[in-house]
Amino acid sequence: MNQHAQKAAAFIRNAERTRWHDDALWMVRSKRDTATHDIPEWEQLRELGSLVKNNVLSKLDEYLDEFEANAQKNGVQVHWAADAEEHNRIVHDILAKKKIARIVKSKSMLTEECHLNEYLIEKGIEVIDTDLGERIIQLKEEAPSHIVMPAIHLKKEEIGALFHEKLHTEKGASDPQYLTESARQHLREKFLQAQAAVTGVNFGIAETGGVVVCTNEGNADMGVHLSPVQIHCMGIEKIIPKAEHLGIFTRLLGRSATGQPITIYTSHHHRPKPGGEMHIVIVDNGRTDQLGRKDFRNSLKCIRCGACMNTCPIYRRSGGHSYGYTVPGPIGSILTPGKDLKKYSDLPFASTLCGSCSDVCPVKIDIHAQLYKWRQVIAEEGHLPAGKKKSMQMTSWLFARPKLYRMAGKWGRRMLRLLPKGLIYNRFNTWGRDRDLPEAPKESFQEWYQKNRRS
Amino acid sequence: MTVGLFIPCYIDQFYPQVGIASLELLEKLGCEVVVPAGQTCCGQPMANTGCEQDARKNYTYFVEQYKDFDHIVMPSGSCTYHVRKHYDIIEQNEDVRRVRQNTYDISEFLLDVLKIKSLDSQFPHTVGLHQSCHGLRGLRLGTGTERVLPQESKLKQLLGMVKDLQLVALERADECCGFGGTFAINEPDISVRMGLDRIAEHEAQKVEVITAGDMSCLMHLEGLLKRQKKPIVVKHLVEILNHTEP
Repeated sequence: MNQHAQKAAAFIRNAERTRWHDDALWMVRSKRDTATHDIPEWEQLRELGSLVKNNVLSKLDEYLDEFEANAQKNGVQVHWAADAEEHNRIVHDILAKKKIARIVKSKSMLTEECHLNEYLIEKGIEVIDTDLGERIIQLKEEAPSHIVMPAIHLKKEEIGALFHEKLHTEKGASDPQYLTESARQHLREKFLQAQAAVTGVNFGIAETGGVVVCTNEGNADMGVHLSPVQIHCMGIEKIIPKAEHLGIFTRLLGRSATGQPITIYTSHHHRPKPGGEMHIVIVDNGRTDQLGRKDFRNSLKCIRCGACMNTCPIYRRSGGHSYGYTVPGPIGSILTPGKDLKKYSDLPFASTLCGSCSDVCPVKIDIHAQLYKWRQVIAEEGHLPAGKKKSMQMTSWLFARPKLYRMAGKWGRRMLRLLPKGLIYNRFNTWGRDRDLPEAPKESFQEWYQKNRRS
Repeated sequence: MTVGLFIPCYIDQFYPQVGIASLELLEKLGCEVVVPAGQTCCGQPMANTGCEQDARKNYTYFVEQYKDFDHIVMPSGSCTYHVRKHYDIIEQNEDVRRVRQNTYDISEFLLDVLKIKSLDSQFPHTVGLHQSCHGLRGLRLGTGTERVLPQESKLKQLLGMVKDLQLVALERADECCGFGGTFAINEPDISVRMGLDRIAEHEAQKVEVITAGDMSCLMHLEGLLKRQKKPIVVKHLVEILNHTEP
């Protein structure tokens, strides 16, 4: 079995937990349905979002230049990072120059992608994630399992045990309000001590040179307002042309992510506070390569709402960690092959191609079609498991020879009827482990047809 | 009207009754139906595994078999979707273009081409409809729950024409069953889990029969039902539409 299948099998072994995980995410999908069905023009809004993003991708270089110039006019220091390594170095340099030893971060999948925390911690800097879910997995020393709800794989009892160990809350406590309040008190102290705040970016507006950060907890604002230095890390694809386009995306984002009409906080950062510093780090890290792939470029339209994860019947039953990458689920499965085709060659196959991901996507990324296309690339480049390519070639050969196909079918069915069950349900019969094979009829449809309609 | 009927390979071999029901139903509705003796497979199993280049010969072979028909009908949303959507990698000559354009899932054919308004069929059972994904989201045979559009369904419309049939509503109206072609073998644990969950939903509504527009989904569900010794049976949509006795 491939890697995803193995990890999924391990996850599923706990049937009760799998059900709980599936139900929890289905509830989010249902909330999304309710929120979107409140807007009669939802499908037009998706189309609009998709068109704006298509326009951005087609003129990305121009918009990025415009964004940089306007940000600089506002007194923002703009940095460009070609890859994760350079991004981490830039952030560290900013901190080192100011001799900063403590920072707070709000949720940013980009810094997760670049492994910024590990890099800074190794250099002796205290890094505290301030989004509740992120803080939980940071304390647990785990990777996020979802891009919007990073700790969705953990139950409140497990979080209670973790907080008891790390934050000295009462033993056995699992009341969400009590646990959240404890985290708030703990984080309040960290906010006050921090000398710099790092945030992700949801939207960078070319026209104004400002960045927009969407959160539900207000933790990004708390960090930025209290720290003299603010650093916003942004992928090159986060650009939108004008401030007037923002409303399209804030309407799409909150509803798609959690079924909220809008995130609780939509914070605009345009210039440094008096006496402070504001930095924006613009990161490529493989995005330009993806932009150059005709069949896959529109994956860069993604606004990281996570709706494709919540709807994916496979994600819901295998958990985010089964994908082995920062961005899991359907969107992760079309982004990762571009990063390392061989390593992630199992992910485009972790799908039934049911297409639900493409239909929930607020910016109309044709996710399932790209999964299909990555499969073709993987086979062409020779990364299919041994034997699979050969067996497909043989099947294809057989289907081009009708007489042989009919004979093979006849003999195959006869074998299924005559052989003892023990021999048919052997250890190589993956189908038959939990499923009966269909009964093999004496007559195929074609045989019946020849007798009854052609005579 | 002459119709070229295509019977998918696994239906041909394992579910001949579905082929027979398709043929009889179309004949009852006044079509002259021909099944080319050389028909085999549309090529989807290879292509979904990443080997569409190998499947090219199956595509051209399929076109060769069906190029002379004005209408090509299949009891499968999935195979129809494959011909329409993925036969784009072979040279688009006149034959290929026509075949792709004139290939219909049987539910579309009944409603959009024959424009039937009623059926002389009867099926006095409680039925759950499994919305096969390629038909639903690929061919848009209905409105998926993801989309904010008027809720329509060709399959429900057809089942509504059957006397005494009681169609139940499922909580997750269009969740995938977990078959997914070679996915069923590559990711057996998830595939099985999805299938069992799908069955549990139908059980909760006390259905006697699970139906769908694609027999492949039903083959997967039937395999699980039999292994679990559950009394629910599966029937392809056409078997129900072709059913006349009480």
